[in-house]
Formats: sequence, structure tokens, C-alpha cells
Amino acid sequence: MADTPTVPPAPAKKTNRLGLEVAPYRGGRTTLCAGCGHNAISERIVESFWEMGVDGSQVIKLSGIGCSSKSPAYFLGTSHGFNAVHGRMPSVATGAILANKTLIAIGVSGDGDTGAIGIGQFVHLMRRNVPMIYIIEDNGCYGLTKGQFSPTADVGSTLKNGVVNDLPPLDTCVMAIELGATFVARSFSGDKKQLSAILKAAIAHRGTAMIDVLSPCVTFNDHSGSTKSYAYVKEHDEVLGEISFVPFFDDIAVEYEPGTTKEVTLHDGSRLYLKKVAEEYDPTDKLKALRVLHETARRGEYATGVLYVEPDRDDFTTLLNTIDEPLATLPLDKVRPPKAALDEIMESLR
Amino acid sequence: MPVPNAAVQETAIGPSPHRVVNDFSIQVATVNGSGSQTANLVLIRSIFQMGVPVSGKNMFPSNIAGLPTWYTIRASKDGYIGRKKEIDVLVAMNPETAKEDVLSLESGAAVIYDEPLNLKALRADLLFYPVPFDKLVAPVCPDAKLRRLVRNMIYDGVLSCLLKIDMAQMEKALRKQFGKKAKAVELNLGALTAGYGYAEANLPKQDPFYIEPMDQTAGKILIEGNAAAALGCMMAGVTVVAWYPITPSSSLPETLIDYMRKYRTDKETGKATFAIVQAEDEIASIGMVLGAGWAGARAMTSTAGPGVSLMSEFAGLAYYAEVPGVVFDIQRVGPSTGLPTRTAQGDILTTAVVSHGDTKHILLLPASVGECYSMAMDAFDLAEQFQTLVFVMSDLDLGMNTWMSDPFEYPTRPLSRGKLLDAETLERLGTEWGRYRDVDGDGIPYRTIPGDGMPAYFARGSGHNERGQYSERPDDYQRNLERLARKFETAKRFVPQPEASEQEGAEIGIIAYGTSHFAVMESRDQLLSEYGVKTSYLRVRAYPFGDEVRAFVERHKRIYVVEQNRDAQMRSLLKIDLPADLASKYRSVLHFNGLPIDARSVTDDLLEQEGAKPAAPKKAVAFSGGLGGE
Ligand SMILES: Cc1ncc(C[n+]2csc(CCOP(=O)(O)OP(=O)(O)O)c2C)c(N)n1
Ligand code: SF4
Repeated sequence: MADTPTVPPAPAKKTNRLGLEVAPYRGGRTTLCAGCGHNAISERIVESFWEMGVDGSQVIKLSGIGCSSKSPAYFLGTSHGFNAVHGRMPSVATGAILANKTLIAIGVSGDGDTGAIGIGQFVHLMRRNVPMIYIIEDNGCYGLTKGQFSPTADVGSTLKNGVVNDLPPLDTCVMAIELGATFVARSFSGDKKQLSAILKAAIAHRGTAMIDVLSPCVTFNDHSGSTKSYAYVKEHDEVLGEISFVPFFDDIAVEYEPGTTKEVTLHDGSRLYLKKVAEEYDPTDKLKALRVLHETARRGEYATGVLYVEPDRDDFTTLLNTIDEPLATLPLDKVRPPKAALDEIMESLR
Repeated sequence: MPVPNAAVQETAIGPSPHRVVNDFSIQVATVNGSGSQTANLVLIRSIFQMGVPVSGKNMFPSNIAGLPTWYTIRASKDGYIGRKKEIDVLVAMNPETAKEDVLSLESGAAVIYDEPLNLKALRADLLFYPVPFDKLVAPVCPDAKLRRLVRNMIYDGVLSCLLKIDMAQMEKALRKQFGKKAKAVELNLGALTAGYGYAEANLPKQDPFYIEPMDQTAGKILIEGNAAAALGCMMAGVTVVAWYPITPSSSLPETLIDYMRKYRTDKETGKATFAIVQAEDEIASIGMVLGAGWAGARAMTSTAGPGVSLMSEFAGLAYYAEVPGVVFDIQRVGPSTGLPTRTAQGDILTTAVVSHGDTKHILLLPASVGECYSMAMDAFDLAEQFQTLVFVMSDLDLGMNTWMSDPFEYPTRPLSRGKLLDAETLERLGTEWGRYRDVDGDGIPYRTIPGDGMPAYFARGSGHNERGQYSERPDDYQRNLERLARKFETAKRFVPQPEASEQEGAEIGIIAYGTSHFAVMESRDQLLSEYGVKTSYLRVRAYPFGDEVRAFVERHKRIYVVEQNRDAQMRSLLKIDLPADLASKYRSVLHFNGLPIDARSVTDDLLEQEGAKPAAPKKAVAFSGGLGGE
């Protein structure tokens, strides 16, 4: 009898703290162009939600309209999703969160979706500090409608056909900080490590976490006249510091030296460590954050990293002082006052 | 005591030989912002407390202060609560409109007026009662700054004396109005008594109008439609409200906030079982409703026509992605600002199909404050049962005016949450479940909500198949639209059914809806008693129309569709939905001047079209104010 060949044991599949592999965190197959920055961002979202061990059934993903806004179909396949209308995802997200504040919400928008048609709703989402992660996949152009300028396109940048943009750009990070968002970051779809750390910290944050991610459009806006091309962003990325994030359930020693590191404790006890590189950067100082953004913009650079954090401000549902349970599923006796209440009202009207 | 005013006795016509009891209208013409609302509410309430059926209508300009405003109270022993066009007793306090107001009266009307206005000379066929308001208010209200507000209570006193409205009831109503504000009670009581005393001593009764006690209001309530709707929403278990201010809808969420703070907040923890957000605009408010409805909440907004226009894109998404939500449209005159403080039924057609592509929405058509209350509950149930938006089409007349009603009943039925997928159903359906699959043949699929642990799906406006997956396949799209049509067909059996009232042998059928109801009811009585014309009547209470609507049209030779818009919008909807061969039966009675429709106008118009009566001379409308915009 021949020896049965021994099969080496398959390496144990990696699982997260829920015992899940990464697969359930993926979504449908992308229909975006190969190489589109948005796909890289989806990858980071998959990775960070998996690593954080978030239960997909407790996540909602929302978006507006655009290539970027299609992407929620490509991550977190076990989560409910809502692809809203152009520019109006913030209101839909707000309603959903009011209905069930125990959910984790992630919204994906484009720079056109947010900066043009949706700028009004963006403003009010930020000022309400609605607890959600709001990602702008920022390519400086309209992808889905084939390459027109968006409001984040820089002065002097050109379309593929050479048309020059002569209007100043909106800086969504400056706006978000001014308007009241309590977590504001900028990153680059090509910077895996930074974007992952920012996303994980955003998941732990309670309040609006606004992340502007430079995400080159390889089809319409990756040419030499663009300031949102891969080459340009890579060369002009002014990293504010290295970011390390430690979720509340992990207890690992942090290698950062005191004195060069700023530690921020987030709402749920997670910690965000920011190692200063270029200069003294304090992400809890609003004025400094704005100053850095203005200065880098003047130099034609992008400051990336966590720009601003304010972990303690009340979010919108706290302000509204709603009951702890989700409003959506309250039983009848909680939502219909007793007969005595109606009798009392009727009496007052006689 | 001042000496009797000789001028009164010189009036051209003498004391009326007959008595008109509990069947006349009083109109108070004041300046917007002069605080007359309190005096008017005390007046209507005291008549109501005497057991006499009443209704009150405010005609006010789109302005905060300074422009003319009118409040009309109709006392009707027969219980007619629609508008009566003719004014019997005018209280003329506004110099700007006094002349025009007096000239528009029917012969024999009584005019109580501010003496310096000197109106008596205008006409010889009216009865004039001059009252020196300023002289009377000075001694009862030493603080000159408050006089403007207290002054109006004097006409209540005068009316109490002239019309024999019980002063004790006036005082009771006044105390109810001011509650614990002792100083206000004292000042206003002083003015009320001063008015009464002056009339008693100086104004001999010339007119035939009397209020006498009746027993027709026992146990009834007085309420505005928007407050009734707010109550209905609270009882329906609304949890998320997003709104944006617009006349005439704002008082709905504002009243709702008051009620919810009191009755839906935990006394101990102070925590609310609701979230009410004043959104940044109507687009955001409907967006929040969609988000909340999708996430499983009972969500609503309220607005008027301009808001519905802005909600259009989201409305189509809600229809196609099948998201529940309730929208109250308190209709007003359009377009855009239009006459924002005047009433109309002008949003029917656009709202029925609002959005692009193939869309149809469920409309509920309340006619009374009672229906504002009950249909609010219907709306939430239907929205969840059919996973779609439900529009409740109220109007300014109903929403912002005071109506008498039976008290509202405490709802006994549980909340109907529709086809929410549960573990058992999932087990039964197995792979049969798909978010947009019609497993029961009624067009209504099973839905899941975020966080419920059931299978997730991706809601979107883009093409999708029965499983909710992105699809641009022609057969997927068509099948979806056909199912949505089937769902709408199913809704016919679940929406509030029409109410019919037929007269034996009537060839004429009248179809009306909403606030036109009261004018039609009264008009039918006029047609029968004055002209011997028999009519049958069907009040449509919802869209889609039930089969009864079609049967009613088939049963009658001619169908008069009565509505408050220019373009016969309901008639168009009937034409679209009912068989084409019925179309030749329809005629229209249309009313669209911004004032609530009245019975006499309906009667005259219908008779004229029947060829039974020569055209009545159309009287000029008494109200010309309402300048300014919002
Ligand atoms: C009301 C409305 N107007 C216009 C459009 C057409 N439209 C679709 S996507 C888009 C722009 C999207 O650009 P952006 O948000 O920058 O996203 P990207 O495609 O670049 O990721 C526009 C204008 C629409 N869908 N709806
Ligand atoms: S067009 Fe641009 S933004 Fe859209 S998918 Fe392609 S690369 Fe991405």
C-alpha cells in the first residue's frame, strides 16, 4: 500500500475579533474604471471595517450620485445601502441616523456631488455634527458625466481638451472645520497606510468625520494639466505627521516617543496618535489647522493627515436628546400616548 | 354715561320686524397685527359655548403687520360650516377697508364701526352702530401702550349686548383664552364690560340678528385642521419629523412639537421618543424622511405646493426604491408665492404624479378636522403597508381655520408596519425572498431595515432586478414597473373609500373632495329646497380611486366635479383613471379666487350649466388685501 501523501495543513485564514474573514466585508464587483482612485478607497474601507471588527449588519452606507457614489455597492456587502440623489445624501443619512442612532453610518460622495449641487446639504450636515463618516472622493472633476470641472478643481488646471479653470476651488476641509465637523482629515487614495489609520479613527469617532480623499480620475483627470493627477498629488503631498490608531479593544504599547507625539482619546476610548513630522502640529487647535490648510494651498500643496479633531462635542442625536433605543423600532406603547393624554387634549378644546 | 347717540335713531330703516336666530355671519375687519385674534376667538367660543354650531375663517394678508385682515364667524343652526359669502354683521375697525367693506354688504346688514370712520353716510339700506372705541378704552386701560390690544375686546362687549350673546359665556371664553395671565384677564374683562355697557345705554337694537342658546355643540370641540393633523401624527406614532417653514403648513409641525414635548418625552429622563428637525429646505426635509423611512421609522414632513415641487426628485426615488413616508400638503394659492395666505386645491394633479418617469402616489383627501386626525393615522399605515410616500392633501381653509367637530376617538388599532421581513417569513420564503419580488401577487414586496439582522439590500434609483441588484436589462425594468402598477392597484382597496349620498331618481351626480364638501352639502340642500333639483353626491377621499367612483359616474347622467382650482384637476385625474367613454359626462364647478368655496356659488353655477336659471350677477369679491409676499 502506497503511503498516503501528507497534505500540509492550510494556513489558518485570518479572522477579525468577530471571527470573520475579510470576504463578507467586500461588496459587488466594481464597474469603475480600472485604476480609478475610488477603487483603492473601497479597498481601504473594506480593510478598516474588517480590522475594526465592525458587524456589517450594524452599518449603513449611503451615497449621492457620481462614480464615487456608486462605490458603496463595492464594499460591505452585508450592510444596508442607500444610493440617494445627486448632492442630497446628507439629508438621507441624517434621517436614517435619527431613525436609528445605534448604527454606524458611512457616506460616500464626490467633489461635484458635495461641492456643487450638494454644498447646501454638506454645510448643514457639518453644522449639525451628525454622527457619520463622510468621505469625499475628490478627483477635481465630474467623472460620471465625462470630465467637466468640479468646484474643487484648482485655478489654472485644465481639462483634457485644454480648457483652463479660472475659478478658485472650494476647500472642503477648510469648510468642514469652519462649519463644525468634529473630525476633519485629508488623505490620498494612493496612501494606504495613512488612509487606513484615518478611516479606523473615523469609525471610532462620534460626530461628523469628514475625510477628503484625493482620488485621481484616471480617465478624465490624470494628465499633466491636472492638479489632481496621481503624479501631482504624490509630489505635492505635505504629510502632517504619521498617524497611528489604537482601537479601545486593543492594548498595545505605542512606540511613539512622548514629546513628539500628540495623543487624542476618541469617544469610545480608542486612541489616535499623531507623530509630528514637519512642525508642531496640534489637531485640536482649530486656528492652526486652518492656517496650515491655507499655507499649503498657497504653495500648491495638499496637507494630509488628521487636520482637526474635537472628540467631546455633542453630536446631533445627543443634542436632540432622543431615547437610547432606535426610534425606528420603538413599540406601540412608547410611541402612542395613553388615552388619558387624548382625553386631556380634547377637554382643553371644548 | 354718555347720552344716547341720536344718529342711530335716524337710520333709514327701522327695527326689523322678524328675528334671524342663530343663522347669520359676522365679519370683523381689522388691521393685521392689532391683536384682534384674541377678541375673535373669544367671540366664536362664546357662541359655541351657547350650543350654536359655528365656524371661523381667517382671511389675512401675507404680511406681519399693517395690512387689512378679516375674520368671519358663521353661526348656523342647521350646522352648515362652509363659508357663507354674504356678511350680515360687519365690525369695521380698519379705516383702510371700511368703505369697501360697507359697500360690499347686502342690504339689511348691520355695521358696528369705529365712530370716527363716519360710515353711516355711505348707505341708507344698512343699520349702523357707531362706537367710540378710543374713548371707551382709555379709562379701562390706563397703560396707553396696551390699549391697542385691549381695544378689540370692546367690540365683543358690543356684540354681546346687541346679539344677546351671554356675557357669562364671553367671560368664560375670555378666561380660557388668557389662562393664568391675571392682568390680561382683568384688562380685557374691563374692555368687554365697557363695550357691553356702552351698547346697552346707547345703541338701541335695530337689526334682526340674535344668538339664542341651543344644544348642538355639547361635547364638541373647536380645533384647527393642522392641530388635528398634528394630533393624528402623534397618535400614529411618528418618530422622525423634518420640516421647513411655509404658510399654511407651519402650524402643523409647530403644534406637533408642543404636543410631543408634553406627551412623548420621558418625564424622568427628559429623553424624547422622537426627533423633530427644522431642515434647511424642503429637499432636505424630504431627504430626511426618506432616510428615516428606509431605516424603519415612521417619518413625515409637511409643506405647501412650492415645497412639493422641490421634493419632486426625491418623491420619484421614494416611489421606485419603495421607501415609506408621509407628506402633508397644506395647499395654498400658487404658483410660487402666489397668494400664500389664501386657500386652493391646486396641487392635486401635480402631486398625484409628482416626479419624472412613471410615478404615481397615494393621495388622501381630508375634508374635516376629524379626517385630518384620522387620515394622519391612515397615512402612516398606508405608507408602511405600501412602502411608498403618502400625501395628505389638506388646504389652508382646513389647516388654519377653526372648525367644530366631535371629539377625536382614541385609536384602537395597532400600528400597521406592513410587510417587514421577519425570521419566520424568511424561512418560509427562503431563496424566494428578494427585496423587490412579488411573492404574494399583490405587488407588495417584503422589506428589511438596517440593523434588524435580516438580509441587507441596496436601495437606489437606478435600475434593479427583483433581488435589488443593479440591472439595466429591459425585462427587469419593465417587470418592476408592472409590479409597482399592481401595487398601486392593490392600494385601491386599502385607501379610505369614497362616501356617497344619493337622492332617489337624481340624474345629476356631484363629485367633490376636501373642503369643498361643506359647500356642496349646503348647496344640495339649496338645490332641492329652493329649486326642486335632486342630486347625488360622492365625496372622493383618496387616490387611487376605488371601484365605487367608477360605478357612481356610470350611474349618473351628468357629473359635476366641484373643486377649488382653475383647471379642473380632479376632473383630469378622473379622466385619466376611469374609462374614456365616461369622459363626456363630466362638467365642472370651479372656484379659484383664494377664498374658501361657498354653497351659493356652487348652486348658481350648477343651475346655470343646467340651463335652469339665468346667470346670477357675479358680485365683486369683498377682499382685496393680501399684498406682499413671503
Ligand atoms: C439632479 C441631477 N443633475 C445632474 C445629474 C448628472 N450627474 C451625474 S453624476 C454627476 C457628477 C458627479 O461628479 P462627482 O460628484 O465629482 O463624482 P465622480 O463621478 O467624479 O466620482 C452629475 C452632474 C444627476 N444625476 N442628477
Ligand atoms: S471616470 Fe474617472 S472617476 Fe469615474 S470611474 Fe473612471 S476613473 Fe473613476
